[in-house]
Amino acid sequence: MNLSLKGRTYVVMGVANKRSIAWGIARSLHAAGARLIFTYAGERLEASVRELVATLEDETALVLPCDVTNDEEITKCFAEIKEKVGVIHGVAHCIAFANKEDLSGEYMNVSRDGFLLAHNISSYSLTAVARAAKDLMTEGGSIVTMTYLGGERVVQNYNIMGVAKASLEASVKYLANDLGKYGIRVNAISAGPIRTLSAKGVSDFNSILKEIEERAPLRRTTTQEEVGDTALFLFSDLSRGITGENIHVDSGYHILAR
Amino acid sequence: MADVLERVTKIIVDRLGVEESQVTLEASFKDDLGADSLDVVELVMELEDEFDMEISDEEAEKIVTVGDAVNYIKSHM
Repeated sequence: MNLSLKGRTYVVMGVANKRSIAWGIARSLHAAGARLIFTYAGERLEASVRELVATLEDETALVLPCDVTNDEEITKCFAEIKEKVGVIHGVAHCIAFANKEDLSGEYMNVSRDGFLLAHNISSYSLTAVARAAKDLMTEGGSIVTMTYLGGERVVQNYNIMGVAKASLEASVKYLANDLGKYGIRVNAISAGPIRTLSAKGVSDFNSILKEIEERAPLRRTTTQEEVGDTALFLFSDLSRGITGENIHVDSGYHILAR
Repeated sequence: MADVLERVTKIIVDRLGVEESQVTLEASFKDDLGADSLDVVELVMELEDEFDMEISDEEAEKIVTVGDAVNYIKSHM
């Protein structure tokens, strides 16, 4: 039993740029010998994903479009993956979105559209993707999604995204129960705040980082590499007995009372 | 101090794929350099890294032109 993922294929969804958590996961999986398939939403991100993927110097890597709000596109994406690689062994789901105006002030003011948009992209997408990926995980598999403490407790300004993350975390448990019989595990990583493009959308994000540096048990902020390596563990057989779990990779911050 | 503009220009050219000649002090990120809101956030993060400084949300919102960015950086170095 080791951490090698040679001969295995993983789909990484949600790389936006070099700071993306998805990119940290991709680098850990790549270092472990995995073959990677990247998906992006919209042309705007395609160029930057392709530019990053080129740095891996892995000719077997694929880059495909997958707008998770579009069922047809999800079906098409996984059909193409099936055609090109046949079997996959896991999916890293690192996708979330909310309108910027819903990430400051009071949660209470979120509009119906803003609420549904955040849930559609950040929560339902996991279920839709898990269903599509299931048919390709014929040798068993592991699905990992990204969540945040704001889904369990109130984090100032996280607002609608916290409510969507709570929905995502509940989905992890129900999906784990549904997919366990096929040898497919579903887990979440609750990462401490990392300076990503998405995080910068949360009002006053820099002060959230400072709080972690000063108060988290490990007295440092979470890195992309720490999350990537935990994902590697969850994708590997070392975690074969774990499903429906939410692992906090946050320098221990979640254990604190305020 | 002249090299602040040079460093800022390099980041803008890299991130936005524009010609160096388009990056003037008066150029607006959104109107003249074709940046969307995500590009602007990315640029702010690149500038924070390059100059090892923190640009608050409020300050970032005030940065509209290349000159605004250069002035902000010069006054916080």
